[in-house]
This record gives sequence, structure tokens and C-alpha cells, in this order.
Amino acid sequence: MGFDIRVPLGVMFTLIGALLAGYGLVSDPAMNQRSLGININLWWGLTLLAMAVALLSLAWRARRRA
Amino acid sequence: MHPATIDWAIMGVYFAFVLGVGYTLRRYMKTSTDYFLSGRSIPAWVAGLAFLSANLGAQEVIGMAASGAKYGMATSHFYWIGAIPAMVFLGVFMMPFYYGSKARSVPEYLGLRFDAKTRGLNAISFAVMTVFSSGISMYAMGLLLNLLLGWDFNTSVWLSAGIVLLYILLGGLTSAIYNEVLQFFLIVCGFAPLVFLGLKDVGGWHGLTQRLSYVATSQGFAPQAWSSTWSGMGHAASNPMGVEWFGVAMGLGFVLSFGYWCTDFLVVQRAMAAHSMAAARRTPLIAAVPKMLFPFLVIVPGMIAIASTVHTGASGFSLPHKADGTLNYDMSIPMMLGHYFPHGMLGLGLTALLASFMSGMAGNVTAFNTVWTYDIYQAHIRPGASDHHYLTMGRIATVFGIALSVAAAYVANRFNNIMDMLQLLFAFVNAPLFATFLLGMFWKRSTGHGAFVGLLSGTLAAALHHGLTLPTASVVGIKGGWLAVMHHYPSEMAQNFWTAIWAFSACFTVTIAVSLLTRPRPDKELAGLVYSLTPRPPETDQHWYERPANLGACVLAGALLLNLLFW
Repeated sequence: MGFDIRVPLGVMFTLIGALLAGYGLVSDPAMNQRSLGININLWWGLTLLAMAVALLSLAWRARRRA
Repeated sequence: MHPATIDWAIMGVYFAFVLGVGYTLRRYMKTSTDYFLSGRSIPAWVAGLAFLSANLGAQEVIGMAASGAKYGMATSHFYWIGAIPAMVFLGVFMMPFYYGSKARSVPEYLGLRFDAKTRGLNAISFAVMTVFSSGISMYAMGLLLNLLLGWDFNTSVWLSAGIVLLYILLGGLTSAIYNEVLQFFLIVCGFAPLVFLGLKDVGGWHGLTQRLSYVATSQGFAPQAWSSTWSGMGHAASNPMGVEWFGVAMGLGFVLSFGYWCTDFLVVQRAMAAHSMAAARRTPLIAAVPKMLFPFLVIVPGMIAIASTVHTGASGFSLPHKADGTLNYDMSIPMMLGHYFPHGMLGLGLTALLASFMSGMAGNVTAFNTVWTYDIYQAHIRPGASDHHYLTMGRIATVFGIALSVAAAYVANRFNNIMDMLQLLFAFVNAPLFATFLLGMFWKRSTGHGAFVGLLSGTLAAALHHGLTLPTASVVGIKGGWLAVMHHYPSEMAQNFWTAIWAFSACFTVTIAVSLLTRPRPDKELAGLVYSLTPRPPETDQHWYERPANLGACVLAGALLLNLLFW
């Protein structure tokens, strides 16, 4: 079957990661008091983006090999 | 806790992708096998994550965190002894019969191995059970969202039921499985930062165990009672669960765990959908790896919640109280989400909760529509129709399965006691199941009459045991003792574990006795269904690390190591 779940997973986490990281950049830093002073939106958004890149490149490699 | 635009945006992305996956997969749904078994085409890692995710409903997430707060690290018994060994057993020993017999469901395997009445009994009790459990979890979710976000109960129930309905209607089991992978990633990514922030707040693992020692000593236990797994299990009075090691190992680790993980079609269906025998056997073994680490994701938040309630951390988190003045343990994860996550991450955390709810519900619905269509409708109501007919029936079953769950959610909302009673009844029905499968797969002499009578006597034994015993400090009634109180258990959990042990033993002995009195089936009819009459599946084309036995040994070693590390 020509369906690879890593593609939708990768795209979804690209969107969510970008939303979070972008929001972390522009939002009021006072908001981060909740998260113990850590800009968790920015850092976790970037982590999700990295995960998305990994998923997409795995899917791309698998498709090229097939 | 009111979601902002950014939180809604993240939830929106998730909904769009869940429906998108269902929509993309609709064109693959041509035969009933595509719809109910994913055309046996799923890669092992996808099936493995779905296997895990189908079990990871919201009740599991909320309930495990609550138990983490109530009992501490010992809650990981539900994972390290109460799941991993059974998952390994399923992959190494049982999957060859489920997958190799070409049965399309667990009840169908019972039909092939034993007879139509055993299959029918299992199919009907399973179908009723899945509908009600999905209704009960829908009810729990509706209450939670109402409390947390002020959403209307009706809106939560109908919205989530509608989305699950749409994506299963479109893409059947395939859509449920692929969405479960999506949900798995979201649950992990939503809760992992929560554990990180919570741990940081209480001063890391060291700070956590120190605070937990106050929790333990204030209730009269040894200081390590909340941060260790086995060290208090020598006696029921020395640990907060009120169970001793034998009850844990036999009741939970053997009877309940093997009964659930090895025979419940909800999880086994995911492995049956794998693309080959090798992949099907690897499915539960792959699932076991993340399963082993889940205590850190779902139990540790509960431990953090109780630790900072008793001895507040820097940020001042503490658990809310219920109306009767006791701590509301169920709110551990939801309250922590609201406390530690700013907008943005809050959206991701809420999405993770919704995802866990939907994955559990989709698991129930896909298992229900398959058992209904193949084991009840095709077997008893309308045999011999065209494949297209059964495919249509499956889609109709999806709609009325979800409609019935919604109805059950409303019943639960009105009459809470009825649901408690039903759950108790299901526990009686499920407790003896593993004895039937064990004898069926590994003792060729066991017969259909033996299995049927054995199952009924196991259920009866469970009911009798429950009716004759009572946990201390409980009132006679739904908690037990409704016949006469002959024995007191130190806790409800101890009573549960021993009910299971009695049910299993009764089913096991009665099945053997009745089998010996009835006529066995000839050997040649049982090839592929019983261990001693089935050739071992070839493994020569697999790498050493892909072979089920090796993989299973590694998984067991990992679980053993975790038990020792957190002894």
C-alpha cells in the first residue's frame, strides 16, 4: 500500500512546531512564569520541528529506495 | 483555564490531520478484509504503536496518574509485571495461532478451536463490553472537559463521537490504526514536557523522592513506600496498595495481565492486521518497548502532583479537593497542564488528552464492528451473503456502535451505579478467559464443551468470590460481601487480584475435568490451532534481532532491569 504515515506525521508536527516556536518568539515573556521561566513554547516547538524533519527524511529515503 | 487562539489553532491542526488520514485512506477500502483487517497490510512498527495507543485511552492516562498519586511508583506493576511479560508471551507463543489460523477475530479463533457456542459466548460478551466501555470513557471525558474548559457535556460527547465516526467510516481499521500512530506521537509529545517541568519544579528525581518520603511517613509507611516498586510488597500492610507480592505476581502479573493482553480483541486486532506472520509476532514486542517507559510519562506526573501537594514546590502547585474533602487524584494531569503550560503548550497538552480519548474510543469501535459483523451477524444472522454486503454491514455497525456508546455515556451520566455494576459484571466475564485460551492453544485434549462450561464456571467463581469477601472499610454491596462476608481483604485491589485468581483456577480445573469426560476432536482438525500440532513458523530469513524469541528476551531483560532499578 502506497501510504506512509510518516508523511502526515511529519507535516503535522512541522505545523504544530512552527506554531509553537513562532508563538514562543512573539509572545510576552511574562507568560513563561508558569513554565518556571523557560520559554517552553520556543524550545518544544523547535524540538517538534527537528522530529518532523527526521520523520520526513525517513519517509523520503524509504520512497527513493522503493 | 481558558484556551486562547493559539491553543485552538493547535487543536484544529490535529483535527484536520485525523480527518485527512481517514479521507486519504477511503480509496483503499474495497473488501471487508480491507475494512476490518486493513487487508493484512500494516508494517510491524505501525501495528506496534497502534497496539499500544488503542489501550492508551483517556481513562488509562488519567487513571494511571491518579494511581501514581495514590500508590506511588508501585503503580508501575501495571506495566512492568502487569503488561510486558504478557505482551512477550503473545508475540512469541500465541500470535502464530491467531495469525496462522487465518481467524479474523479472537472469537473466530475460539470457534475454530472449540465450537460455535464458545465463540458466540465470547463474541456477545465482548461486543456488549466494548460498547459500554467506550461509553463510560466518553462520559468520563465529557465530565473532565466540562470541569476543565467549561465545555458543555453534550458538545464534548457529540463532537468527539462525530470525528471518530467519520474517520472510521471512511478508512475502517486502517484509518483507526494510522490515526492511533498519530495519537501516540501526540500523547508522548504533549505529556513529556509536563514531566520535565514538574520534575524540575520539585528538584529533580532526588527532590521528588525526598518529598514523597513525607507523603509516606505522614500516612504511617516506610519513607521509600511511594518511590519504590517491590520493597514494601512483603506484606499487604506495608504498602499503600494493600496487596502482598503473591497477589501482585499471580493476580495482576499472570491472570489479569495475560487475560487482557493475550485475549482482548481490542489489542490483538492490531497485530492481526500486520502484513506478515513475522510482523504480527513482532507487533506486541515492538509495543512493549515504549510501554515499559510509560510509567515515566503517566505515573510520575501523579507522583509529582501528590509530592508538591504535601510539600509545595517553588511554583506552589497543589491538588484540588473533592466535595467530601479528600484529594481529587484524577485531576493530577489536567491540573498540572493548566499549572505549568503557558498558552501554546496548553493547546498541545489538551490535544494530547483529546488524542488519548479518541484512540481509546476508536479501538473499541473497530473491535466492535468486526466482532459484530463476522462473529454475530455473519455467523448467526445472515451467513453466506456477498463480501460487499458485509462491508456495508461493517459501516452500519460503526454507526450504531458509536450511537450505542453515546447512549451509554448518557446512561452513565444519569445512573452512575448501573455503570459500576456493569464494569463489575465484565470483570467477572473476563477473569477466567486466559485459562480457556491457554488450554485451547497448548493442550490438544481440551474440548468445546470443556471450554464453554469452564468459562461459565470461571465467571460464576468470580461472582461467588466477590459476593463472599469484602475489602476492609467498605460497605456491603457493590464492593462485595453481598452473599455473606467470609473474608476481609486489606484493600479493593487485593480483592480484585484474588477474584481473578479464583476465576482462573475454577475455569482451568473445570475445563480440564469436562474435557476429559467429553470426546476430543481428531488431531488433523486441530493443525494450526494447537501448539503440539502446528509446525513452527520459519524464522531463517530474519535477522537475529528480528526473531521473536530474541526480541522477547531483550524486552524481558529490560523490564527486569527497570524492576531492579526502582526496587
